[in-house]
Amino acid sequence: MPEMLYARDVYGKTLVEIGQKNSHLVVCDADLSGSTRTSLFAKEFPGRFFNFGVAEQNMMATAAGLASCGKVVFVSTFAMFATGRAWDQVRNTICYSGLNVKIVATHAGLTVGPDGASHQALEDIAIMRAIPNMNVIVPADGPETREAVFTAFQTKGPFYIRLGRAKIATIEQRPPFKLGKGFVLKEGRDVTLVACGIMVQEALAASDELAKKNISAQVINMPTIKPIDEALLIEAARKTKRLVVCEEHSVTGGLASAIAEVLSEKEPVKILRIGVKDRFGQSGDEKDLLREYQLTSGAIVAAVQSL
Amino acid sequence: MLDSKKIHELEETARQVRIMIVQMLARAGSGHPGGSLSSADILTCLYFSVMRHNPKDPSWSERDRFHLSKGHCCPVLYAVLAQMGYFPKEELMHLRKFGALLQGHPDCHTPGIEVCSGSLGQGLSVALGMSLAAKIDQKDYRVYCLLGDGEIQEGNIWEAAMAAAHYKCDNLCAILDYNGFQIDGRVADVMNLEPIADKWRSFGWHVLETNGHHMAAIHKAFDAAKKTKEKPTIIIAKTIKGKGVSFMENVADFHGRAPSSDETGIAMRELGGER
Repeated sequence: MPEMLYARDVYGKTLVEIGQKNSHLVVCDADLSGSTRTSLFAKEFPGRFFNFGVAEQNMMATAAGLASCGKVVFVSTFAMFATGRAWDQVRNTICYSGLNVKIVATHAGLTVGPDGASHQALEDIAIMRAIPNMNVIVPADGPETREAVFTAFQTKGPFYIRLGRAKIATIEQRPPFKLGKGFVLKEGRDVTLVACGIMVQEALAASDELAKKNISAQVINMPTIKPIDEALLIEAARKTKRLVVCEEHSVTGGLASAIAEVLSEKEPVKILRIGVKDRFGQSGDEKDLLREYQLTSGAIVAAVQSL
Repeated sequence: MLDSKKIHELEETARQVRIMIVQMLARAGSGHPGGSLSSADILTCLYFSVMRHNPKDPSWSERDRFHLSKGHCCPVLYAVLAQMGYFPKEELMHLRKFGALLQGHPDCHTPGIEVCSGSLGQGLSVALGMSLAAKIDQKDYRVYCLLGDGEIQEGNIWEAAMAAAHYKCDNLCAILDYNGFQIDGRVADVMNLEPIADKWRSFGWHVLETNGHHMAAIHKAFDAAKKTKEKPTIIIAKTIKGKGVSFMENVADFHGRAPSSDETGIAMRELGGER
């Protein structure tokens, strides 16, 4: 059995690790520090942690002010509120100024589960990706979360890192994270499955299933959605001619859109989208939700076979 | 306390600032004269008497910070920064033009501008962040933030107000340019703010009310703010929109309209400036 980790646990611990050596790391939260795990940092470094209460807009613009004074500021809340509630602050104050604010949002996507549609951010990648200067990362497992957080700390400018609520399995033999790079986890000839976040596991499982049907499916982990790895996408399109993109996000504006934008201009091929098809989420446990919204290896297999 | 000579100097500087505001907006053909003119005395007092800063080194780590939350009134800030030598005065004549250093709303690439602004309601939070950074670093710089009266209808302002009091940001001083007008008319008619002073007091702020065109009174308020401990201060400065140009005073239309050529001539005569 693979190791199962909460990416947000890894995030909290990584903040503490960075904070021990870097006094200019500051962390902010909006009354969700227990859930986002910034509480781990707060406990170690109370003088460099600020809880702003249920006030995300203020938190984002305040983070900008802190960053303008030389701080590297990690800001956390649920993905819904980090991106939706405070979008104007993120765009006009953080990103326009190109400030060192790293938004690490947790509880993204359907797998929030029982809280239902109001808390299931399915548009966050789209609205963060659209802002100039913003980098967007969706780690596939716990260790990749740690690497992405380190990278965001070390790289100048604003970041959006998207994490889920639930535990995720650690991917074996995953190449180390590098900003702007996608990684071939499994070679294949007939089709390329490109995925991010929890859907990487589903894509790997789908590839195994397809192998039994004599379909050779290549699997790419694409943790950086912006800036996206154009060269790897073009290479994959040339090699397999067909792509299926898998994400726990709306089919509008997310990873699939980012890929279609590149390939429609540079190497047009057929692209199918596995994602939430212009719907809101709902309450339920994560397995039921992923099945209902067809974010499963079975749905990926079916999509490939329809090509 | 300022002596009368210094007061006279500041008043003269404010007059020059108003002339530059009218000139640059006339040249630009668009922009926001009303709130720029209403805050000219406040900003002149801040930059020429109150704040610790160095135009030759805009990123000096010990500088006092100023953030223009009501970003549309950047002409007044540009005039003050140019007068101070942050950039050449010629730049004022390219305001709002393609490729210009001086954008239609403040851009952090302009020397003297700390953080971009323009979308209302966010600046007090930005200033709060600067104030918290000073506390973390145990630095003694102060943070100033100019708010518009229409602007404080934004909810983000009150989130920031709550947080600044919660974190006891006594190094933070907000100034409300209370000229009583916003784009659609009188603030009292569009969305009444009164009782403003009580609102800020109830949010935990030290509140000072002053005449925003009386240089000695403005300076006195900034002095009192510096001495205040454990609380942020807001100076509610009663001002006249369009102050200094008769036909712009208390006229909502000049919130966001540049003067025509004829109007510019009249304004220049009134301000004692050349065309």
